[in-house]
Amino acid sequence: MTESKEWPLWEIFIRGQHGMSHRHVGSLHAPDAERAIKNARDVYTRRNEGTSIWVVEASSITASSPSDKGPLYEPSRDKVYRHPSFYDIPDDAGNM
Amino acid sequence: MYSQMVKSTGKAVPTLAELSPEDRAFQKRIDRGEKIEPKEYMPDAYRKNLIRQIGQHAHSEIVGQLPEGNWITRAPTLERKANLLAKVQDEAGHGLYLYCAAETLGVSRDELYQMLHDGQMKYSSIFNYPTLTWADMGAVGWLVDGAAIMNQVPLQRTSYGPYARAMVRICKEESFHQRQGFHIMIAMAKNGTPEQFRMAQDALNRFWYPSLMMFGPSDKDSVHSAQSMAWKIKMNTNDELRQKFVDETAPQAEFLGLTIPDEKLKWNEATGHYDFSEPDWNEFYDVLNGNGPCNTERLDTRKKAWADGAWVREGMMAHAEKKALKAAKAG
Amino acid sequence: MTESPNPLFEFLLRQGDNALVLGHRTSEWCGVGPALEEDIALANTALDLIGQTQLWLGYAAEVEGKNRSANDLAFMRDAYDFRNILMLEVPNEDFGRTMVRQFLFDAFQVPWLSALRQSSDQRVSEIASKSVKEAQYHLERSAETVIALGDGTPESHARMQAALNYLWPYSGEMFGNDSTDQAMHEQGIAPLPQSLHKPWMQSVSNTLAQACLAVPEDPFAHSGGRTGFRHTEHLGHMLSTMQVLQRSYPGASW
Repeated sequence: MTESKEWPLWEIFIRGQHGMSHRHVGSLHAPDAERAIKNARDVYTRRNEGTSIWVVEASSITASSPSDKGPLYEPSRDKVYRHPSFYDIPDDAGNM
Repeated sequence: MYSQMVKSTGKAVPTLAELSPEDRAFQKRIDRGEKIEPKEYMPDAYRKNLIRQIGQHAHSEIVGQLPEGNWITRAPTLERKANLLAKVQDEAGHGLYLYCAAETLGVSRDELYQMLHDGQMKYSSIFNYPTLTWADMGAVGWLVDGAAIMNQVPLQRTSYGPYARAMVRICKEESFHQRQGFHIMIAMAKNGTPEQFRMAQDALNRFWYPSLMMFGPSDKDSVHSAQSMAWKIKMNTNDELRQKFVDETAPQAEFLGLTIPDEKLKWNEATGHYDFSEPDWNEFYDVLNGNGPCNTERLDTRKKAWADGAWVREGMMAHAEKKALKAAKAG
Repeated sequence: MTESPNPLFEFLLRQGDNALVLGHRTSEWCGVGPALEEDIALANTALDLIGQTQLWLGYAAEVEGKNRSANDLAFMRDAYDFRNILMLEVPNEDFGRTMVRQFLFDAFQVPWLSALRQSSDQRVSEIASKSVKEAQYHLERSAETVIALGDGTPESHARMQAALNYLWPYSGEMFGNDSTDQAMHEQGIAPLPQSLHKPWMQSVSNTLAQACLAVPEDPFAHSGGRTGFRHTEHLGHMLSTMQVLQRSYPGASW
């Protein structure tokens, strides 16, 4: 039973509405990319959740390793100017 | 509730001071309410317990397809058939989400199936009971899904990220399941013929105690449960959830005009809860040990489906490999 | 049985019973599919077909004008009143036969429902417009599956060829031509099914070639389902399951 090869795992990204970015919704198994897209449609859009589907074979994803957490994320933490609340705008300037 | 066999042996849950520095840092993260993600440090026991719990939860979803699947082809109207099929399909989906969550811990879906098939891993005792009439579709939705929701809603806050995210999705989708069952009960018990009322009462009689067993035996003294709660992979004690279930269900039965088969069941002003009788725990252990009414059939059905599907899985994989090879040559 | 049938009613029963019977067979897979992903996909197909059944039989009941509902037609008629083609009532047997049948039917349904969108009957056109989108997806999935398994392993190839050989003699019934078909054609409600045979044969042959499957040569075609004259023995068993509650408790609401 276990000698047969398991279908690879795919990570599924779905754009729920026009104008939004694709969001990771979960994973599934499929023999190839085309079937993974169809399976994603059947598994993850049963309630009309999606307008566009991306599939990526899980083994092709390169992830930052947990020990990299410091160097990768910390430098951006002090760049508070990337966040809109950093900028104090007088009320009479109008909605921004 | 998806790892119902309570273990009370072992040492007490270690204090922070007793933990290794790594494990202490890990426990502190959980205490702060942080989520643990797949590749991050986790004690081996945490990982193993999670695999067991998520795996058994996943198995419960797919074995749980069978008792209700038993009535899809006999649903009395096209609407009921569509509702029931959609519900049982959701259970397959929930099994899929949970297997994927378990896979992030380094075990494959095929390995988990293998452990289900050879009896190393269990599924919820409730699915070893037969569904004998259409009213059982009502009772299963109302009681079994009702009990499952009690357990699953708090698990949305569990410490393991992939498990918590799967539970969020599952809870969102499950919201119609209990209603679907209760709706069937209303049609039969409140608005139905005397025969339908009898079927509804009979279903409640058979499913009441097995539903209470779903929460597992009392675990207030279980070290194993205390450790799981410290790790936030178990959020409430079995007794808390069982009481909550009885408190919510008793008035619903009254609304339906049905009698819960427990003479001791009554509202207790002093405690603000219903008093009720414990289920027969000997029966529970019998079912868990393989002697429930449907254990053999359920497992045989799963094993047969898996064996019958082998040529399909292999055939589709072989075609995908040929296609990839062709594309590589062409490229 | 002997009263002269209203051709539109007959036509609508053919559409509705095809969906009902195939939806029922497909729903039998729920919980026992070869992989979770396939189990879920089959349930989606079955749900689409149950939805189509409600539309076709709902309209059929209105046209009949005897105060019956879609549920009455589904659950209270006996085998001789069913108008589905025989191919859809034979047992699933295995995933191979299930998917080859789905493919042969989908390859007909897509052009058929596309053509029905131009029906002179507005309701027929509306139901076809909704159903054709579902059928297109079913066809994509079933054709892909037939190709994959036909080309997969020696075992999957052998099973798919056996399924095709079994089903082929049942496929010809889709292109039947009788007084109901003629009446629908004359009223502009539907094209003659016969007119779809050639393009169907081309598209099916094309897919089967990719699947490394040989098209059976014997042109023999079973019939008797879409007229209700002679169903297979399998339909009675299906109905005894499907209709058990409505038959056992007449008049009860569920």
